[in-house]
Amino acid sequence: MPKVLMIHPDRCTGCQNCELACSFSHENQFRPTATRIHVYSWEREGFSVPMMCQQCDSASCVKVCPTGALHRAKGTTLVEYSREKCIGCRMCTIACPFGNAVYDSVTESILKCDTCDGDPACVQFCPSQALEFVDDNISTRSRKRELAGKFKSAFEGA
Amino acid sequence: MNGYSGTILRVNLTTGAVTRQATDMKDAALYIGARGLADKLYIDEVDPKVDPLSPDNKLVFAPGPFTGTFAPSGGRYHVVTKGPLTDVIAGANSGGSWGPELHYAGYDALIIEGKADEPVYLWIKDDVVEIRKASHLWGKWVPDTTDLVRAETDVEAKVACIGPAGEKQVLFAAIMNEMHRAAGRGGVGAVMGSKNLKAIAVVGTKAISVARPKEFKDAVLVGRKGIKEHPVGGAGLKAYGTDVLVNILNEIGSFPVHNFQDGYSPTADKVGGETLAANQLVRAKGCFSCVISCGRVSKVKNPKYAGEGEGPEYEAAWSMGPDCGIDNLDAVTHSNHLCNEMGMDPISFGSTLACAMELFEAGLITLKETEGVDLSFGNVDAMVEMTRKTGLREGIGNKLALGSYRLANSYGHPELSMTVKKQEIPAYDPRGIQGIGLEYATCNRGGCHVKGYTIAVEVLGCGAKLDPHATLDKPYWVKLFQDLTAAIDASGGCIFGTFGMGGDNYSAMLSALTGVTYTTEDYLKAGERIWNLEKMFNIGAGMTSKDDQLPLRMTTLPIKTGPSKGELSHVPEMLPEYYKLRGWDEKGVPTQERLHELQLA
Repeated sequence: MPKVLMIHPDRCTGCQNCELACSFSHENQFRPTATRIHVYSWEREGFSVPMMCQQCDSASCVKVCPTGALHRAKGTTLVEYSREKCIGCRMCTIACPFGNAVYDSVTESILKCDTCDGDPACVQFCPSQALEFVDDNISTRSRKRELAGKFKSAFEGA
Repeated sequence: MNGYSGTILRVNLTTGAVTRQATDMKDAALYIGARGLADKLYIDEVDPKVDPLSPDNKLVFAPGPFTGTFAPSGGRYHVVTKGPLTDVIAGANSGGSWGPELHYAGYDALIIEGKADEPVYLWIKDDVVEIRKASHLWGKWVPDTTDLVRAETDVEAKVACIGPAGEKQVLFAAIMNEMHRAAGRGGVGAVMGSKNLKAIAVVGTKAISVARPKEFKDAVLVGRKGIKEHPVGGAGLKAYGTDVLVNILNEIGSFPVHNFQDGYSPTADKVGGETLAANQLVRAKGCFSCVISCGRVSKVKNPKYAGEGEGPEYEAAWSMGPDCGIDNLDAVTHSNHLCNEMGMDPISFGSTLACAMELFEAGLITLKETEGVDLSFGNVDAMVEMTRKTGLREGIGNKLALGSYRLANSYGHPELSMTVKKQEIPAYDPRGIQGIGLEYATCNRGGCHVKGYTIAVEVLGCGAKLDPHATLDKPYWVKLFQDLTAAIDASGGCIFGTFGMGGDNYSAMLSALTGVTYTTEDYLKAGERIWNLEKMFNIGAGMTSKDDQLPLRMTTLPIKTGPSKGELSHVPEMLPEYYKLRGWDEKGVPTQERLHELQLA
C-alpha cells in the first residue's frame, strides 16, 4: 500500500527535531540548510507548522525538469531525484508552488523529501506524532473520525 | 572539532571592534561548553570585584556541544556575567532556537565587552557581524523588538533581546529569545542594558559535525526512550507544565505563602497546572530539540487580563500567586505575560512584591509611597499594576526593581527579604524540604533551585525517594545534583532531561558527539570543576561562609499549618558535611589539594 507523510500542525510543538533528524539522516551532521523539512513558527500565537514535499501526483517540479532528474517511478507515490541527471538549473525550485524543492550550494544539489526510502527519520524523531507515515487511504481518517464525532454528539444532544 | 564550531566571537561595544579567536580545545575538554566554557572565558578575563553594571563587566553567551544537535532537550545557551542583583557569578540559560542558531553561525561563545555610547543591536549572519543603531528600538517591549529586528535583518533570524526592564536596569531583568524564552535570573538583562545592547539577531547556516554518528544516534535514542517512559518527563510535564508542582508541593506542606510566613495554602489548586490546563492552556510547546514540551502557550480570555503568551511556570505561578496571597490564575498568567514582554524574572519580581506586601502590612511602606495602592496580601489588581510599574521603574516600582534585599534593607528590615546572596529563593519551602534549602544556601548564583534540583529525589521520587524532612545524606545529594547539573548546563542540555536520563546517558552522548571520551565519573568531575571555578570567583568577589545561609525566617519561624507544621530548616547543621564532601575547609574555601585535583590550580 503506498504511504504518505501526513502533517498534523495541531500536534506540532515547534521543537524542530524533524529538521535535525532529516539533516542527520542525509548527512550524518546537523546543518540547518541540509534539512528537507522546515518548521515555521508564529511566536505571538504559539503555533508551528512543519512543511515538506508532499510528492504531488501532478508535480510542477517534474513537469519543468528538463532532464528527468525529477521523476516519478511508475506505480509509486514518490517524486524521485537523480543527482547524476541534474544540471542545477533550479527550475524546480521556481516551479514548486510550496517552496519545497530547494537548491543547496554546499552539496550542489536539489534538496527535497525522499521519505528516507520509506522510513522517514522525521517521523521517527517527532516526539508528538505531528508527523506520520501512513497508508494513503487512511491518511485523513483521524480527522474524519473527529468530525464524525461532532455529528455523533449533535445527534445525541437532539 | 566535532560538537564545536571552533571559533569564539568577541565584540567590543566601546571601540566597535569585532575579533575572533580559536576555541581552546583543551579548555573545551575540561569545561565542555555553554556554562563551563563561558565561565572559564569570563573568569579568566574579569576582575571578580568588577561593578556588574560598569563597562568593565563582560557578558558571555555560549551554546554547548549538544546545542544544535538532536540530543534530547539539548538546545540551550548559557549567559555568564557578574549579576547586578547578587554581586556574584550569574549564569542563566535558555532554550528556544537562539542558542542553536549561534552555534550554526560558527561560534562556541560570544563575548560582549565595553559599552556602546548609544543603543545598538548586533546582527550576526555566519561570518558577517554588524553593530547597528537601535535608538528607534529603545523602549520597545520584547515581542515588538523581536519583530522589528527581524524586519531589518532576516524574517527567520533568531533574536535575543531585552525589554524595558533590561534597558532600565531592573536588577532582575532577563534576556529573552523567541519572545517567550528567558535567560531569567540574576539580572543578566540589566547587564545587557547597561551596555546599551538592545538585541542580538542571528542567522547561522553551518554544520555541527559528529565524531561517531551511529554511536551518537544510538545514545540519543536510548536517552529519548528513558524520557518517554518516565512519568514526569514522558507525560506529566507535557500535560500540565511545571505548574503541576503546585499541588504536589502543597500536599507535602512545602508551598510557601505570604512571603514564607507559612508553607501551606488551602486554595493552592486554583493556580495549579491542572487549573491552567483547563482554563488558560492553548497548547504545549517545546524548545529546540525538546522531547518533553513543558512550555505552555497560554491565553487569558477574561477581558481584564486578556492576552496571549507563554507560561506561567510553577515558580512564577507561586511567586505572583500564593506568595502574594493571590489565587487568581488569570491575573497571574497576565502578569507572567507582562514579565516576558518587559523582560524580567517573575520569581524575583513576585517574591519582591511579597516582601513589599509584608512591609506594607507592617506599616513600613506607606500609601503615600504606593500612590494610594493598597499593597495588602491578596490584592490582585495591585499585583498586576506593580508588575508593570516594576518593569518600567515607575513610582514604587523603582524600589521593587532593586529586588527584595535592597528593598527590605532600605526600611531597616533585611530579614524580611527571602533571599540568599540577594537573590530570591523559589517555591519549595526549605523548612519542609531539607536538601533544597542546602542547595539555596550554597548555590553559586544565589537563591536558586535549578542548579541542584534535589526535589527530584526528595519529593518526586525520581531514581530515589528520600524523606524531605530528613537531613541524613542530603549534603551528598546536593553536591551530586550540583555537579551533574553543571555538566548538563555545560553540554547545552535542559535539566528536565534528567526526568529519564542520567549521567550515563549524558556522558555517552557527549563522548560520541565530541570524540572525547567521558566516563560518567569524568562527566561529574567536569561539573565539579565548573562548580569550584565559580566558587573561586565568588570568593574573589568577597563571599564568605556567612553568605551560605538562608533567610533567618527559615531557621527560626516554623511552618504554621499543613502537613509540615512545626518544621524548620537545618542548613547550619548540614553545611559542615557539605563543605567536607566538596573538599573545602571549614570556612567553605576550596583546598589547594581539591583545586589541584580538579586541574584548577
